[in-house]
Amino acid sequence: MATVTLSAVGKTYAGGVDAVRDVNVDIKDGEFVVLVGPSGCGKSTLLRMVAGLETVTHGEIRIGDRVVNTLDPADRDIAMVFQNYALYPHMSVRDNMAYGLKNRRTPKDEITRRVDEAARMLELAPYLDRKPRALSGGQRQRVAMGRAIVRQPSAFLFDEPLSNLDAKLRVSMRGEIRRLQKRLGTTSLYVTHDQLEAMTLADRLIVLRDGAVEQIGAPLDVYRRPASSFVAAFIGSPAMSLLDARVADGRVWVGEHAVAPATVPAGEVTLGLRAEDLRIAADGALPMRVDYVEELGAQRIIHGFVEGQQIAVTETGADSLPSDLRLAVDPGALHLFDVATGRRMDEAAAQPARELA
Amino acid sequence: MQRVKPLDHLVLILGALFMGLPVIVALMSSTHSAVEIHSNGLYLTPGGDGGQTYEKVLTARGGFTGDVTGLLMLGNSLIMGLGFAVGKIVLSMTAAYALVYFRFRFATILFWAIFTTLLLPLEVRIMPSYQVMATLGLLNSYTGLIVPLLASATGTFFFRQFFKSVPDELLEAARIDGAGPWKFFIDVLVPLSKTMMAAIFIIMFIYGWNQYLWPLIMTTDESFYTLMRGIKSILQVWVGSQIPDYNEAFALAVLAMIPPVIVVVVFQRMFIKGLTESDK
Ligand SMILES: Nc1ncnc2c1ncn2[C@@H]1O[C@H](COP(=O)(O)OP(=O)(O)O)[C@@H](O)[C@H]1O
Ligand SMILES: [Mg+2]
Repeated sequence: MATVTLSAVGKTYAGGVDAVRDVNVDIKDGEFVVLVGPSGCGKSTLLRMVAGLETVTHGEIRIGDRVVNTLDPADRDIAMVFQNYALYPHMSVRDNMAYGLKNRRTPKDEITRRVDEAARMLELAPYLDRKPRALSGGQRQRVAMGRAIVRQPSAFLFDEPLSNLDAKLRVSMRGEIRRLQKRLGTTSLYVTHDQLEAMTLADRLIVLRDGAVEQIGAPLDVYRRPASSFVAAFIGSPAMSLLDARVADGRVWVGEHAVAPATVPAGEVTLGLRAEDLRIAADGALPMRVDYVEELGAQRIIHGFVEGQQIAVTETGADSLPSDLRLAVDPGALHLFDVATGRRMDEAAAQPARELA
Repeated sequence: MQRVKPLDHLVLILGALFMGLPVIVALMSSTHSAVEIHSNGLYLTPGGDGGQTYEKVLTARGGFTGDVTGLLMLGNSLIMGLGFAVGKIVLSMTAAYALVYFRFRFATILFWAIFTTLLLPLEVRIMPSYQVMATLGLLNSYTGLIVPLLASATGTFFFRQFFKSVPDELLEAARIDGAGPWKFFIDVLVPLSKTMMAAIFIIMFIYGWNQYLWPLIMTTDESFYTLMRGIKSILQVWVGSQIPDYNEAFALAVLAMIPPVIVVVVFQRMFIKGLTESDK
């Protein structure tokens, strides 16, 4: 168990690509932190620097109270789970899990004890003598996790461990990872491009964009108060609708329609609206032209246009819809972003219309 | 199910005959006496002198020194074949490992340099190689017979391509598991390469087994005679009215075929097993 501290960490690849820039994070002991961002934003690079698989160009990485910048991966007391499992194909499940311990000259009976314990925890006991190729994807991923667990490291590092699994398995493995991490209390850094996975797993989220931290916070805080229009559009499904708007006379306007009062200075703004914060109402402020509807069963997502700009609304009704609607907006549910920088403008906390399920 | 087509079978049968007949002729003829062969030509039916001929070929002492037996030649050929196969595998695996996993400058250029020079056949560099071995005093030694031919462009190339296809994550997982370069090689790469090793073993064993020119030049001592030289020297005894010992040459040829066949059968099984089992 340990803290992981990144101070001004950066990575410039040969060829001058700034893959990671000035990342500062304090990961607390036992905390589950998820690095999330679109493909190519530098998540893997950052994780691999913590693992010691990639050199650190700038800044300092500490695990516990040791600076690990120049330590070998094996000496950092971490364990890593890879997207493609990276199991040794010629070794049995047991040997796969035991290999790292053997290299550390752990006593034989201790190895057996730990492997058996991990196998029990992960329900892998019946497969201990099989080779990885005789296992399903989900089982392979569990072996990869077993290999990490038996090491009893200071920190777990995960690089998109569920991306190769089918959707259903992904959901159940997600739960399993969370449960295990809580039970073991091991500090974890988890990389994913899937915002839903990030939301459900994380104690804290780090949203990365082009190698720089866009926002750090608890999932619900990030969801409710996205620090930028980028985060707003990235976190949450359906994505938050972002409309070109303007503030004048103490109100937010979309085209000729006054949406709600605003306290920010007058001028152009980007208005963010969560789909669940919009209501269909005859006296609503915004006219919407319906484009298409996604039925999800419990609710449906109505996609359409307001003043020619895309917008999405969720509602639970099942009636057929007219082609033109009016939308009402809860005044507390506005997100206003600077047009130029994309940063959040209002300081008042936006009140969610509904708690996240 | 595919329908059985007569034409396919005809082609296969013809092919099998084409490949198999010479072997059968050699085997059958080796059981007749030299005189019979000389007067009647080659045989497709077994004769009565087989046991005697094979015994003579294996144990009778021949050569100028009178010390060379078939068994000795068989032993020498085996040493050549095994030495080649094992030596080439070890050398080309370690070379490929260095080329793929150690980041040193010019690795690619170096690889192609090795590759192009070694593409030249032995015959081209046979004089300098001989010169080097002579200077080192390695004429008439197994070292001299085997070592100069060990560097293998083919083997290095195959292992290089194979190592490149091993996912990087495997190396990274091993690094996190505390395996250094040596342990990674022995614990992970070598077991994964079994299939490749079997394939290269087959090729290189036969290459070594069939060496003729190099042993001919390198060794003057008859105790280094190989089967290939033995066969040749039997047929060279064409002095006066003496009939060459055709039957013995055929018997030696048949004997010379057996070890490569065993190697192919054994290692092919390993090879196919490896192909169906391995996934990286
Ligand atoms: N070995 C490398 N050399 C040069 N550039 C790299 C290397 N690895 C990754 N990159 C670049 O760094 C950026 C971040 O990559 P990565 O960390 O893999 O992103 P992510 O995991 O978030 O998808 C990408 O633009 C990628 O092209
Ligand atoms: Mg990645």
